[in-house]
Amino acid sequence: MALLDYFLRKKDKPITTASKAKERLQIIVAHERSSRNKQPDYLPQLTEDILVVLRKYIQVSDESFSIKLDNKDGDLNVLELNIELHDEQKKG
Amino acid sequence: MARIIVVTSGKGGVGKTTSSAAIGLGLALKGNKVVLIDFDIGLRNLDLIMGCERRVVYDFVNVINGEATLNQALIKDKRVSSLSILPASQTRDKDALNKENVGKVLEELGKSFDFIICDSPAGIEAGAMMALYYADEAVVTTNPEVSSVRDSDRILGMLASRSRRAELGLEPIKEHLLLTRYSPKRVEEGEMLSVEDVEDILSIPLLGVIPESQAVLKASNAGEPVILDTMSDAGQAYQDVIDRLLGETVDFRFLVAEKKGIFSRMFGG
Repeated sequence: MALLDYFLRKKDKPITTASKAKERLQIIVAHERSSRNKQPDYLPQLTEDILVVLRKYIQVSDESFSIKLDNKDGDLNVLELNIELHDEQKKG
Repeated sequence: MARIIVVTSGKGGVGKTTSSAAIGLGLALKGNKVVLIDFDIGLRNLDLIMGCERRVVYDFVNVINGEATLNQALIKDKRVSSLSILPASQTRDKDALNKENVGKVLEELGKSFDFIICDSPAGIEAGAMMALYYADEAVVTTNPEVSSVRDSDRILGMLASRSRRAELGLEPIKEHLLLTRYSPKRVEEGEMLSVEDVEDILSIPLLGVIPESQAVLKASNAGEPVILDTMSDAGQAYQDVIDRLLGETVDFRFLVAEKKGIFSRMFGG
């Protein structure tokens, strides 16, 4: 049976240390990336609310609007709104 | 306009200085005017790897403090006249560098050089941030090993958020993956992360794969960057890196282990 075991083991390769390393890295890197770009929970709702107010006055498509909370140098938080206006709206 | 390239990694000992030296010399050998800057204030080593340690008179911090001009501090390489080295200081405190004074030096260098290669210190402290701040491109030097890959990912985060390009909302730094100390044999045995594994995790374009090679230690012993050892696998792999940096498409070499013949298998070898 030992001989059979030997051949079977060869076929379905045991988990290598390299594949363990890859799996662990994928998990930790994904985790660290998500905490790096962590946005506060209220941001999606805030975005919706701002869009509702804006649309009372001007036409804004979802693509021409972006909102971002940046952390500059660790102690300064900046809320950045980016709204692209179409040509006719600039004049008015 | 000079291309400012930072050679960075996060983790120490992965081959930043070896790679900076090889890339700087390789680009200069192709006729480009290149300056190599050591940003590792307090722990300079680029001068040793380049073999010019005995010619250091003035350094980066002297220039910053106005104690020497750039021309006084720049060391001309004896092998290639279009290559200069700006050594780091060995004694000064590392807070000597700031965005303003480093920016001025880089601007001045940009007038007379095609490439500015910034050899970053390890870590994510001020020195490393200074080295990457003005970069247009980054060579992220990584070993196929868990701590190096994780640190490289952290540095990628810094490149995307703490650089001048990020702060001004310009086109982001162009990132290149340089995998060093690669051992195809150990990859085949499942003991080492493969090129594809590291590419999968970091998801940045591959610039080069440098095989684990005895030539690297020999080169640093002699103060002759390994790219000059044109017979060695590492030297040739760095040469391919240069060609890719200059826009050529070159196939990747040294990715598979050399197959042993039946005799060396039987009798060892």
